[in-house]
Amino acid sequence: MSATTQAPAFTSDPETRRRLGRRRALIDAGVRWFCLGATVVGLLFLASIMATLLWRGLAALDFIVLTQEFQPTRYGDDTLPKGGLVHAIVGSILQSGIAILIGTPVGLLVGTYLAEYARGSGFGHTVRFVSDILLSAPSILVGLFIYQTVVLPTGGFSGIAGALALAIIVIPVVVRTTEDMLQLLPNTLREAVVALGAPRWKMITLVAWRAALPGIVTGVLLAFARIVGETAPLLLTSFGNNVLSTDLSRAMASLPVAIYQQANSGFPDLIEIAWSGALIVTFGVLAINIMARVALRPRK
Amino acid sequence: MGERRRIGETGDLVFAGLCRGAGGFVLLLLGAIIVTLFIGGLPAFRAFGVEFVWGLNWDPVEGREEFGAGVAIFGTLVSSILAIIFAVPVAFGIAVFLTELAPPWLRRPVGTAIELLAAIPSIIYGMWGLFVIVPFIQYNIQLAFGEQLAALPLVGFLFQSNNFAGTSLFAASLVLGIMILPFIAATMRDVFSQVPPVYKESAYGLGATRWEVMRGVVIPYTRISVAGGIMLGLGRALGETMAVTFVIGNANRIATSLFDPTNTIASVIAMEFPESLSGSLQQSALLAIGFLLFVISFLVLATSRWLLRPRLK
Repeated sequence: MSATTQAPAFTSDPETRRRLGRRRALIDAGVRWFCLGATVVGLLFLASIMATLLWRGLAALDFIVLTQEFQPTRYGDDTLPKGGLVHAIVGSILQSGIAILIGTPVGLLVGTYLAEYARGSGFGHTVRFVSDILLSAPSILVGLFIYQTVVLPTGGFSGIAGALALAIIVIPVVVRTTEDMLQLLPNTLREAVVALGAPRWKMITLVAWRAALPGIVTGVLLAFARIVGETAPLLLTSFGNNVLSTDLSRAMASLPVAIYQQANSGFPDLIEIAWSGALIVTFGVLAINIMARVALRPRK
Repeated sequence: MGERRRIGETGDLVFAGLCRGAGGFVLLLLGAIIVTLFIGGLPAFRAFGVEFVWGLNWDPVEGREEFGAGVAIFGTLVSSILAIIFAVPVAFGIAVFLTELAPPWLRRPVGTAIELLAAIPSIIYGMWGLFVIVPFIQYNIQLAFGEQLAALPLVGFLFQSNNFAGTSLFAASLVLGIMILPFIAATMRDVFSQVPPVYKESAYGLGATRWEVMRGVVIPYTRISVAGGIMLGLGRALGETMAVTFVIGNANRIATSLFDPTNTIASVIAMEFPESLSGSLQQSALLAIGFLLFVISFLVLATSRWLLRPRLK
């Protein structure tokens, strides 16, 4: 601040002042161009990812990909049947769905505790802190944890282990949105309900939750979008499967893991299928995110 | 009336207990993750002692098994720090553009587009990195300028490599930098927009340019939160798995050059754990480096939260 504000005040020579003014204007213009450039670069990354996904993903995306199970490569022999990703799509929806069913109630209760009961309490601060750590902690470590506590004792990779790993990732996401949404409610609403003689738990479940419902649902949607693309924890828990299976006690396919395995297979036809899977996952995730944002937009 | 009141009180006790119990469950969960990783890694810690942390050998072949976390820890830290170096200037530019420069109608769509970068799954970044960034580094940087860069005085060794595959520390850092960009940019934008307008208006009133207002008012006012946002990005980068696994080259050696392949803790776990035998020393070593990653991430994320705490209130 010092160098920039004192100079004009102590310089009476018009030539020096003019030169200084030009220098300041130049620096300012340079910074503005830099900021514009940085934003364009950021948008270009997004555009490049989208373009790559569309270009490579649409090439192989067809009815077969959406309806058939995995088939080995037909590289060099076009008479072999073409494979698809239906096993992975079903596995992903199943595991993510169960994870949401397990993680949402826990996250909802924790978020409620933080917003309604724990304002200013030490235990509440600790819970909030730990939940925030879990929100950003490496997801592969959750996979290791479930491997040690579920996969090893039960004797093998399973769909339920995958769902549990994803549920751990769901909890902190739901905690954060639930707490934020409940904090937004005016206290006069709570006071009005309690003044009518309603016990606190009825005030929370019948009024506060209902008032915050759109926000809470949005949080659950965002949690779903987050886990549908998770690969690392599933690699260590449900591992992947090449056939359509709904048996939660056995290894189960998932879209991200199937993409990972086929993208690394080295066969061009399987890599093409991986790209179409990547296109499905990404556009699903982005569609949910955009919907959530529209739903949460403050109405005027 | 008395009957109803009692029911209300019991309901309150049960519901408050449920909520508090769920909170306690979250604490237990984090504790259980740490303890499980540590116990799983214990055989490796016992077999190699403290040297495990900086040992450079990683040999899972039966009979001559030897494990050290040195290369993976080095790769994790260096790739994440490089990612921060790439991401921070761009994130700063985006945040300034969104809070100070862009016309109001442009702010929401551009801000949303940048935030969407954070929603794209890690594996997609990996594939995109492998098919777009890696060839770009290979042809447009390394093959085009590699010799000139390696001939530079003092810093030349950073570009001197006999790996021309493109999968490298540089590719991993670049992809990581793009992945954490939206997190840092969003934090910066949020704290920049919280600066009281009166402060900025006073500086403008004195004749300051936009840059002078940024440098003299906005940055000093927000620097602690900005540091918190950068730490949050660092914490994210440390644990990124799939994207890094695709582009880092997965070689257990210290990268002395940006173009060398190396590995990170998360990429080693993703590559080797699904194929390791349960109960083997290799699996224990993988759990042990997982524990070390947890400790590092915890410290970074806790610091980030501590720096961001004025904003959280």
